[in-house]
Amino acid sequence: MANHVHAETLELREQFNTAEQQKDASTLGMWIFLITEVMFFGGMFAAYTVYRRAYPEVFAVASSSLNAVLGAINTGVLLFSSFTMVMAVRAGQLGQRNMIILFLILTLFFGGVFLGVKAIEWTEKFEEHHIPGQAAFHLEGLAPDQQGHAQLFFSLYFAMTGLHALHMVVGVGLLSFLIWQAKKGTYSTTYFTPVDVGGLYWHFVDIIWIFLFPLLYLIDRHLGK
Amino acid sequence: MSEHIDSTKTYVAVLLTLLALTGITTAVAYVDLGPFSVVVALVIAVCKMLLVALFFMHIRHSNQLTKLVVLGGLLWLGILLVLTLSDFITRGWTGVPGK
Repeated sequence: MANHVHAETLELREQFNTAEQQKDASTLGMWIFLITEVMFFGGMFAAYTVYRRAYPEVFAVASSSLNAVLGAINTGVLLFSSFTMVMAVRAGQLGQRNMIILFLILTLFFGGVFLGVKAIEWTEKFEEHHIPGQAAFHLEGLAPDQQGHAQLFFSLYFAMTGLHALHMVVGVGLLSFLIWQAKKGTYSTTYFTPVDVGGLYWHFVDIIWIFLFPLLYLIDRHLGK
Repeated sequence: MSEHIDSTKTYVAVLLTLLALTGITTAVAYVDLGPFSVVVALVIAVCKMLLVALFFMHIRHSNQLTKLVVLGGLLWLGILLVLTLSDFITRGWTGVPGK
């Protein structure tokens, strides 16, 4: 019995014919998950588009109240984290275990900086009474009957950046797991698939922010100052 | 395994381009382009998305099936946005009560 069964390894599980087939299956699985995420965020972008079209002036004023400098810095931080992430994957391809760990820790660091800046921005919103649903909600430069539409903008702002930040927190968890596994010596030139598909997830979260930044922070800022 | 390894130089160039595009999109927001400001912002965002997807997410070296799945996903996103907007944009056109 079982005279043709090969020893099961991380890079070649029993149910796959070749290691390449296994790797392709993992990559495809992650991409299909990411497509469901695209549709998930897509609904929010659709809602945003409908309401921005309905109240363009209010959205411009509300957008200009956000801190564009912090937003731009955070975009840069996230782009740096994507760079270090892809370098970790490259270290995986080359089988450099210490470099995988180093670049994953750097990615984790940049992810932490992003979330820290986000926390500062959200705190500012509370101090400025720009929280939708607050009794004291007031956005300067708008008539009383426009305050409700401004709350709509901030509802979308908090829902979209909040959901994005939640994905970042999940990413931080994934990175911690990958660093732990890399330290244990799980990954080699022939098997680093978790680093690879973890990278796909991290870059996806970066792409969401690439769209959130101009759409939330940069609407007609020339009107303001 | 047909693993393709890009050089560090390529990744650094992509990163610098992405940072430059971030600077441009921020600066352009302070210029009055009328209705074109949102077009410019979205074109730059799509360029950045393509750079991240093609280079950092290795779509350039992906197999045909993965590329097809990604394109299929974007097609569904397009359906979501186009059908939603075709409703909201045309509601006022016919003068039907209740919009």
